[in-house]
Amino acid sequence: MTTTDDMAIGRDPVTRRRFIKSIIASGAATSAAAYYLAGCSDGSAPAAGSVERLITLKVNGQDRRVDILPNETLAMTLRYKLGLTGTKLGCDRGECGACTVLINDVGHNSCSTLTHGVRGRAVTTVEGLEGPNGELHVVQQAMIDELGPQCGFCTPGQVMSAVGLLKANPKPTRAEARQAMAGNLCRCGAYDHYLNAVMRAAKSA
Amino acid sequence: MTKDMMPKFDLFQPADIETALKLLDKYGVKAWKMAGGQDSLDWFKDRAKRPEAVIDLSGIEALKGVRETEAGLEIGAMTTLAEIAANPIIKEKFGLLATAASRVASPQIRTVGTIGGNLSQDARCWYYRAGMDCYRAGGNTCYAGTPQGMNREHCLFGASRCVAVTPSDTAPVMVALEAEFVIRSSKGERILPADKYFIGPAVNITHMTVLEPGDILTTIRIPSKWAGAKFYFEKVADRNTWDFALVNVASAMKVKADGVIEDIRIVCGAVECVPRRLNAVEDIVKGSAKNDDTATLAASSAARGAAPLNFNHFKIPLMENLVKRAIRDS
Ligand SMILES: Cc1cc2nc3c(=O)[nH]c(=O)nc-3n(C[C@H](O)[C@H](O)[C@H](O)COP(=O)(O)OP(=O)(O)OC[C@H]3O[C@@H](n4cnc5c(N)ncnc54)[C@H](O)[C@@H]3O)c2cc1C
Ligand code: SF4
Ligand code: FES
Ligand code: FES
Repeated sequence: MTTTDDMAIGRDPVTRRRFIKSIIASGAATSAAAYYLAGCSDGSAPAAGSVERLITLKVNGQDRRVDILPNETLAMTLRYKLGLTGTKLGCDRGECGACTVLINDVGHNSCSTLTHGVRGRAVTTVEGLEGPNGELHVVQQAMIDELGPQCGFCTPGQVMSAVGLLKANPKPTRAEARQAMAGNLCRCGAYDHYLNAVMRAAKSA
Repeated sequence: MTKDMMPKFDLFQPADIETALKLLDKYGVKAWKMAGGQDSLDWFKDRAKRPEAVIDLSGIEALKGVRETEAGLEIGAMTTLAEIAANPIIKEKFGLLATAASRVASPQIRTVGTIGGNLSQDARCWYYRAGMDCYRAGGNTCYAGTPQGMNREHCLFGASRCVAVTPSDTAPVMVALEAEFVIRSSKGERILPADKYFIGPAVNITHMTVLEPGDILTTIRIPSKWAGAKFYFEKVADRNTWDFALVNVASAMKVKADGVIEDIRIVCGAVECVPRRLNAVEDIVKGSAKNDDTATLAASSAARGAAPLNFNHFKIPLMENLVKRAIRDS
């Protein structure tokens, strides 16, 4: 799939994303994950009636069995357990929207969602948007066409908010789109480009 | 800013109120009630609050939804802000509440943030939020109230050692609409008027509401008294999205056919630790014509008695102007 990372370094066959993915697959990133997830569990048994740790998550249409700590956010699970690093962590405090994913088709800040709260609900990340043959989602294509991303860090969150908006309201006015995208900060200030992209996607969908 | 894991806690996801109440009694002060988690998770991440057991109320269906009753409207405490902003009955009869809910935080936060959580959220004073041991955190000083303190966001009224303000956009609305809050504990149910739910530092410096550890806010009842009245809500913040109010105003007004203001309730947020009802303004405008002169006169008394801190004098004209608009433009 072509992603914003591919864009950042042109059409190089070994993209940054694939490089990172291969590292995760080879286990070299395990230590990083262990760092993030260390110190959150002292190994003591959970209290009776507390949540079961081994749960099934529905992510991008697949059932994934994962061991989830009670104090784990969805952003942590996606990035450090499922290798879905398209979801970015900007502030980790619900302020920037970089971590936006869809839960049952509605945009949520995954940094501010406990993973145990999404059991039985469908999670969609930016990796889940590609078509059957790896085509870009109309929103992604529109963002490229409108030169949306600058540094690209906020882009996956912007994409997910836009996709969520168009599912709920396929033909938004520009004011409605602005409102719906208001939870996604962009330090590069590319707001109007993103907005143009949302309106273009709405027209072409 | 840390981007690592929150400290460990046990997580409980009860499906009914009774189970939740039992868990709250079992864990006492070591338990934390979590609704949408938009206030809660930040506390845990910053390690400023470290509960042993988190009781997630989001699986309790009985706490969700909007119902019309003979007396007015009942809103479950776990109803989200997004649902409230979009609800057709609320929009039609109590548009004030729908507007205020739509001005909270960002779309993502409104999607999960609940009305109960918005009304019960803790102070946003950054000294306190940063985990400093101020009065509100059980310590023996206030960092914001000092001459050098960063207190642009803090209070004009009701300071009592702590100078924090109510951060909620929906709290002033509840006071304006004369809402009642239904609270359950294992001992039973009690019902409080909105203005008794919020408490200032002179009453309890470590709590923003009357809630005790074993209490769950279950329902908010809005009487039909103000349904369809002339409403006004405005929030002024540094940023339009996700920023807390510097001052907000909520008013409900009944105007007779001849243009005379028959009845009014007007309340400001972010100027005191509790929503501030402006009795003086109400007294001035009741019985007067709803026009520019009345609005100007009322505005001049809106901030009477204000005791500004070093950096928040601007809140006085801000408050006056918001009150003027509320009366003139509603
Ligand atoms: C970036 C950001 C921006 C924000 N901007 C605004 C803003 O502009 N305006 C505004 O008003 N708010 C704002 N907020 C606050 C946010 O709206 C509230 O934190 C949110 O509404 C709280 O709802 P929640 O359901 O997530 O609460 P939670 O975090 O789950 O709970 C908040 C508190 O209320 C208690 N509580 C919750 N429900 C109950 C219940 N039923 N019974 C008893 N106790 C309960 C919890 O124990 C906890 O102490 C902002 C928050 C963030 C993170
Ligand atoms: S204003 Fe209140 S919360 Fe802030 S530092 Fe002072 S005592 Fe603490
Ligand atoms: S990382 Fe989740 S909102 Fe910023
Ligand atoms: S493109 Fe750089 S943060 Fe938005």
